[in-house]
Amino acid sequence: MTSGRAQLLRDMVRIRVVEETLADYYRDEQQMRTPTHFSIGQEATAVGVCAATTSQDLVFTAHRSHAPYLAKGGDLKAMVAELYGKQAGCAHGRGGSIHLVDRAVGFGGSAAILGEMIPVAVGAAWAFARSGRPRAVATFFGDGATEEGVFAESLNLASVHRVPVVFVCENNLYSISSPIGARQPAGSTIQDRAEAAGVTAARVDGNDVFAVYEAAQRALRHCREGNGPYLLELATYRWREHVGPGFDHGQDHGYRPVRETEAWMARCPIVRATEILREQHPDIDRTVAEWSAQYGDEIQRAVVYAKEQPFPDVDALLDGAYHPVPR
Amino acid sequence: MRTLTYWQAISEATVQCMEADESIFIAGEGVDDIKGTFGTTKEAYARFGANRVIDVPNSENATAGFAVGAAACGLRPLLVHTRADFMFLALDPLVNLAAKWRYMYGGDKGGVPVVTRGVVGRGWGQGATHSQSPHATFAHYAGLYVAAPASPADAKGLLVQALTGDTPVVLVENRNLYPLTGEVPAGATAIPFGVGRIARRGADVTVVATSLMVHEAERAAVQLAEQGISVEVVDVRSLRPLDDRIICESVARTGRLVVADTSWARYGFTAEVAAVVAEHIPHALTAPIRRLALPDCPAPVSWPLEEAFHPGAGGIVEACLQLCGQAPGDLPALADVAAGFQGPY
Ligand SMILES: Cc1ncc(C[n+]2csc(CCOP(=O)(O)OP(=O)(O)O)c2C)c(N)n1
Ligand SMILES: [Mg+2]
Repeated sequence: MTSGRAQLLRDMVRIRVVEETLADYYRDEQQMRTPTHFSIGQEATAVGVCAATTSQDLVFTAHRSHAPYLAKGGDLKAMVAELYGKQAGCAHGRGGSIHLVDRAVGFGGSAAILGEMIPVAVGAAWAFARSGRPRAVATFFGDGATEEGVFAESLNLASVHRVPVVFVCENNLYSISSPIGARQPAGSTIQDRAEAAGVTAARVDGNDVFAVYEAAQRALRHCREGNGPYLLELATYRWREHVGPGFDHGQDHGYRPVRETEAWMARCPIVRATEILREQHPDIDRTVAEWSAQYGDEIQRAVVYAKEQPFPDVDALLDGAYHPVPR
Repeated sequence: MRTLTYWQAISEATVQCMEADESIFIAGEGVDDIKGTFGTTKEAYARFGANRVIDVPNSENATAGFAVGAAACGLRPLLVHTRADFMFLALDPLVNLAAKWRYMYGGDKGGVPVVTRGVVGRGWGQGATHSQSPHATFAHYAGLYVAAPASPADAKGLLVQALTGDTPVVLVENRNLYPLTGEVPAGATAIPFGVGRIARRGADVTVVATSLMVHEAERAAVQLAEQGISVEVVDVRSLRPLDDRIICESVARTGRLVVADTSWARYGFTAEVAAVVAEHIPHALTAPIRRLALPDCPAPVSWPLEEAFHPGAGGIVEACLQLCGQAPGDLPALADVAAGFQGPY
């Protein structure tokens, strides 16, 4: 029962279990010395979009990187080793949580200066289009990143050149502690701004993995058929603090009402998908529990593996800064 | 005199200046939030509210240009970046407009006194794009003043100067300095740019430093004193204008120079100080200049690499011993100022 829709649920369960486990280790042992931005509560966006991509398509992201990396098929052990700063990490301990990469599966890279991966994705997609390959690129970013000038510039550039790129905005209503209402005008959406630049766009419930998946399929088809870029504005919500393993509701951080957080937690994308599938799969809950246990084992093994791995050799500190010059 | 932390000194300078001058306003991402930019904007927000302490959209480029316009029309913007790395997005208004405004419009129509505070320095695995100290980049451009206060008193005095002067200023604050304490005058007394300070008197070696590295140099000096080496620590306080005289007078006395910085050596602060000495007192040196700076790679995340990457007191000790012809003995390792950092970011 792991094809089609169930697979989407299964991928979300995996990411949830992985991130919750990592958050616990991060908090309790403080051995992952890299700022982490968990996607707990936002799994449907990453899973829905990445499942619609082919292995030939590329994905780039901003700082909230773990979920899209895993959804795209990124190597779990290499990610965990990266968080522990080990040589076996996907960036050999040089990049940390915000600089994940796994080119083998089409995860082109994550980066944390707001907006900076948006035009990178446009360029990558343009390179694909030039070579005549039917490949597309998706780039994930938050609502906050759309305030950077480079967002508007990238929409325009992609639009003018009909670049096969899908802009994926995970609108979780906050930029650290600033609510979107303090940063963007009421009554105008991110979708509106894309459309103003001539980019086809849609707003979708980002906690409904099936809706996201279908929208992403439409967007990618649009790109592949040579119709230019597409923007998906996906409404979602992060459960944890902006950076780090903790919850911040209930703590006196004061920037988002506890009731708001709880209402969004009640709209958990995993519970949602489970409920939808229950009609066809009456024993879905048992299956989900089995998956959770299975992925619990997988992430525990990955943590053990990561801890056992050696740190990078300090003598190799400079390696990689430049292309090696023959001596 | 009272003792304040570095962050409290910045907060106090801000509040006092804002009280004295209604044209000052703060703009920055999250300046109004509970953490208040490492505490430095919290009291200003509590006192003056959202009208003068403004949480802006994530638009560093526009915000810097907006500040130029506001300053051209009589306001005094204080921009805040929780990482100076984000200031690369603000470089065009800062470098192509603010720095040049007065000159390029003929020199007689006033300047745009935009003050920008940028936080620099390591935490835990902040990595390649969140722990850079780009002060030399800003100091390269004529028309900007750049300062990097090391002590709470200087953090206050230089901010007061910035908020009362007529030149655009970039103030670089190493995040590891925020908890450090020191005596701070109660009044809003300005410390002029371009005037360094002797942080410690010594006779054998001059260590010229700025910001965090002043503290590392002082720690090194204590250990070196036990080895019979007397170190003079010069804190330049501002990078532009640079107090050439205090540097040259010290080196003329000691004959030996170590320059320590939290950024790269090439084309940087250490290069500038070395050039000043080479230009003005080429014959004063009895040993080659030693520069202590970052290795030529981006900041790594992995803990052991990060430890090896950042220069500290131990490196200064080694450089001074070498200049004085002493073997690097097996002195106990010195903890860096940042070693007290307990995470989680
Ligand atoms: C240019 C730049 N400015 C500011 C920051 C600091 N910063 C990091 S994440 C973040 C919030 C971004 O919000 P959003 O884009 O909505 O993503 P989310 O964290 O909500 O997923 C901010 C302001 C940054 N990394 N880069
Ligand atoms: Mg957001």
